[in-house]
Amino acid sequence: MVAIPSRHKSLTLLAGVLLAQLLLLAVQIKRDSHGRLIRVWAITAVSPFERAGAFSFDKVRGVWRHYFALQTTSRENEALRIENDSLKVAIAQLQSKAAEADRLAELLSFRSSHKDVPMLGARVIGASAGTASRTVEIDRGERDGIRRDMAVITPDGAVGKVIEVSRDNAQVLLLTDKDGGAGAMLIESRIQSPVVGTGEPLLSMKYVANDDKVNVGERVVTSGMDKIFPRDIPVGAVLEIKPGTPFKTILLRPAAKLDRLEDVLVLLSRQALEFPRDLNAQSSEPNANSTAPATEVSVPKSPAPEKP
Amino acid sequence: MNDTYELRSGDTHIEVHRFFPGAVAGVAIVTLILQASFPVYIPKLDIVDLPLLITVYFGLSRRNPSTGLLLGMVIGLAQDALSGPTVPLGFYGIAKTVIGYLASSIGARLDTEHPAARFSLTAGFFVLHQAILNLILRLLMAQPEPWFNVHLAIAAGVNAVLGTFLYIALDRLRRSS
Repeated sequence: MVAIPSRHKSLTLLAGVLLAQLLLLAVQIKRDSHGRLIRVWAITAVSPFERAGAFSFDKVRGVWRHYFALQTTSRENEALRIENDSLKVAIAQLQSKAAEADRLAELLSFRSSHKDVPMLGARVIGASAGTASRTVEIDRGERDGIRRDMAVITPDGAVGKVIEVSRDNAQVLLLTDKDGGAGAMLIESRIQSPVVGTGEPLLSMKYVANDDKVNVGERVVTSGMDKIFPRDIPVGAVLEIKPGTPFKTILLRPAAKLDRLEDVLVLLSRQALEFPRDLNAQSSEPNANSTAPATEVSVPKSPAPEKP
Repeated sequence: MNDTYELRSGDTHIEVHRFFPGAVAGVAIVTLILQASFPVYIPKLDIVDLPLLITVYFGLSRRNPSTGLLLGMVIGLAQDALSGPTVPLGFYGIAKTVIGYLASSIGARLDTEHPAARFSLTAGFFVLHQAILNLILRLLMAQPEPWFNVHLAIAAGVNAVLGTFLYIALDRLRRSS
């Protein structure tokens, strides 16, 4: 046992007595929110060691997990990468489905607003292989009541006409084909003139005299004179006007999105359709991209009309 | 414990006093009873701390730090016990333990028989005693009190005056050499 020098005995005794009384006080004093003071002191004294222990344990565990226990990480990474790829594909499919749903909703809306007009929804399943012609192939044919020279439209405007019909498919000549076209008229001046394809994305309006006033942006609709399209189906909007001899050279931007057709409507009769006026204005705006595959629209079939 | 003897510290000769048997215990008990009683009848006398005066007196007289701190502890704890449930045991005990130790230590080095020295020391010990109590209140009990005010100064003076006369009376309990 360590001997305490006599001159320090009283000091040691003082320290001991004071400490004993401090502990006695701590046992009795109760802090409102922390309990008895002795408990506060005990926790205060112990918590640094507990904190240090927890910190050390976390560090050791972290080192173990991040440096030693990595056998399965590579496999998990590979599995996650595969899952990520498949999820990307799924997202792309869902986006495509969403775009398709929007498109079909538009078609259905158009169809339901013209219930009295017999028309048939069709899906574009192919396009012309070369650049010399502008045609598309649809998944409706003779069996569905499709006949030659039936008008094909979208809710945006005129598309073209049926030129070949097989049992289950039909070929549509677009307005933009060099042999394509439609009887048309300027909506404001009511000047009638055929619109023909140029083999390019734009249409050309022929036989408008230099004296006739035509404005850029003026809308052009079908006139019904070609015996194929009913009247007042949007054809396009005037994009450019050049004076010529003896007729103006007028270029039109097609109302329908002819370069990205996916779903179309085949008119089974030449009954007139009403297009909203603002739709014509929208059709002259640049079109949104859409790469989704087309699906069939549940449009009720009607008996094929007689050929005009 | 019944004789007076001299404590030699260098060239200084300081008397260590002895008291009649039971004098210390008897005085302490009477003082505690008085301390617990007279504020009931004379409330203004609550500024007087008789147990402190007794602790200081016996510390200065006995001049043994161990005895002084133990006596201070006992008197202080007894005062705590008589002070009701709001005063925790050890509150006065700690303060009077320190005072008993310091009084004994100072008494062993200085001659504290002169009334002026007794007056000064008593006033100083009273202030120190209150400072220790205030420290306990602040640190342990979260009850901050002002460190100094006029009331404390008056109380220190009153206790010092009373102590000076009380010590003369208590000197009669000393055994003659």
